[in-house]
Amino acid sequence: MFTDPTFLFIQTLNGLQLAMLLFLLSVGLSVIFGLMNFINLAHGTLYMLGAYFGLWVYVNTGSFWVALALAPIGVMVVGMVFYVTLIKRLRTAPPLKQVLVTFGLIFVGLDAVRMSWGNLSKSIPTPDVFSQSVTIFGEIYPSYRLFIIGLGVAVFVILYFVLERTRIGSVIRAGVDDRDMVSCLGINVDLAFFGVFCIGCYLAGLSGAVAGAVFPVEPGMDMSILILTLIVVVVGGLGSLKGAVVGSLMIGMAETFGQVFLPQFASVTIYALMVVVLLVRPGGLFPTRAA
Amino acid sequence: MSKVLLEVDKLQAWYDQSHILQGVSISVTEGTVLSVLGRNGAGKTTLLNSIMAVLKKRKGRVTYAGKDIQSLQSYQIASLGIAYVPETRGIFPSLSVRENLEIAARAPITSGQREAWSLEKVYKLFPRLEERAENGGGQLSGGEQQMLSIARALMTNPDLLILDEPTEGLAPLVVQEIEAFLTELKQKGLTMLLVEQSLGFATSLADDIVILGKGKIRWAGAPSELAKDPKIQHTWLGV
Repeated sequence: MFTDPTFLFIQTLNGLQLAMLLFLLSVGLSVIFGLMNFINLAHGTLYMLGAYFGLWVYVNTGSFWVALALAPIGVMVVGMVFYVTLIKRLRTAPPLKQVLVTFGLIFVGLDAVRMSWGNLSKSIPTPDVFSQSVTIFGEIYPSYRLFIIGLGVAVFVILYFVLERTRIGSVIRAGVDDRDMVSCLGINVDLAFFGVFCIGCYLAGLSGAVAGAVFPVEPGMDMSILILTLIVVVVGGLGSLKGAVVGSLMIGMAETFGQVFLPQFASVTIYALMVVVLLVRPGGLFPTRAA
Repeated sequence: MSKVLLEVDKLQAWYDQSHILQGVSISVTEGTVLSVLGRNGAGKTTLLNSIMAVLKKRKGRVTYAGKDIQSLQSYQIASLGIAYVPETRGIFPSLSVRENLEIAARAPITSGQREAWSLEKVYKLFPRLEERAENGGGQLSGGEQQMLSIARALMTNPDLLILDEPTEGLAPLVVQEIEAFLTELKQKGLTMLLVEQSLGFATSLADDIVILGKGKIRWAGAPSELAKDPKIQHTWLGV
């Protein structure tokens, strides 16, 4: 069974799908960290909020697409409030304080979700368009999962274009290289950072809303994805789009195939991978700064 | 006739606990070049970083064109028309040479006398940069980096150009080239604040000289007077 090409192909698609969710999450976290040395441990909480907001909009409107459109915007607004009230003040704080405050936010988010939606696991139904499965190499595969893969690729293409081909992209890349120097050229880096932070929150929310139709929507879904996301960021290298893509693919595949081929080691596969990568390249695969 | 463009009054600055600048006052007159000389560790870079608000822990008064800029952020200070070429050159390795230049492009503050810089004009001044336009900022030689850093500063169309040891660590031929560029810029009427370790080019370009030693001004005057004072040179510049 393990050498059956169809089986491998299906698992590859599963891995890709997880990788795309991880990519949506890690790219924001990574670029935010690279641009301003800010560690946002509550990034997973934004993902969870995306799922719950999506669920809430779905329950009230009955439309998956409206939920997918509005949930990320809701998460972005929450992120903006965090930015103005907390994160702005923490900008120059030592890392330990940033970690403590954003770690605290995880618990706040968890209890807020429990109070509003309870402890039970829920899910967002996939829309009718995706009710049909597609047949690939004689195997049935849910078309919604292909949609997730397509969405991830589309976001990557857009981000790549913005980062590599536009002026705002140049400012962001330069800001990751050397913030002070960008400032000395008369460019308001804080404003650029705020924009990146908002986009990062939006993508985390999008990722959560999309995932809500595949994974159970429940309190604690933030922690499991946060750890995977942090590993992606560490493996890929801080601050780079390329790192987020490659890191997501590696971790998504390792997690998926690890559970299939080495179920007894499933929980350590990705950590083992991380250790190997860090031994060879301590700064991650594509560090934007000298480690 | 000419007015003071930049005025630093009793500036004090700290790095962590160490008190680096202990009351430094300088002024740069429009259309002239002020050279600040001093040994390693005299506080020259600290002075520039304090003016640009890269260093935040400071006291005193800095005014630019009559405006108090002490409470402004770096980007606001730069947008007033000050360009900074730091000692580290500050090239963005993730950006190509062309992107490094384009990111800085800004319209001049004061319209009139001087013509505005553009990508084409900067390339004409430094043909090497045009050849390397699509190369990454991290792939340049030291001399090319310095040219790029100066060219990028010009792209902001500054009224005041601040340079920190622009010829440090470069090959003699490149040094000559950069000195020629700076001389040309001076002839075009650009106001400059130039920091160097020793006499030489800084002295020949300067209209006024200030010597900084251990965080204080030790001497100020015209280049010709400094040339006649070997004792000052020996004590504070080590020549």
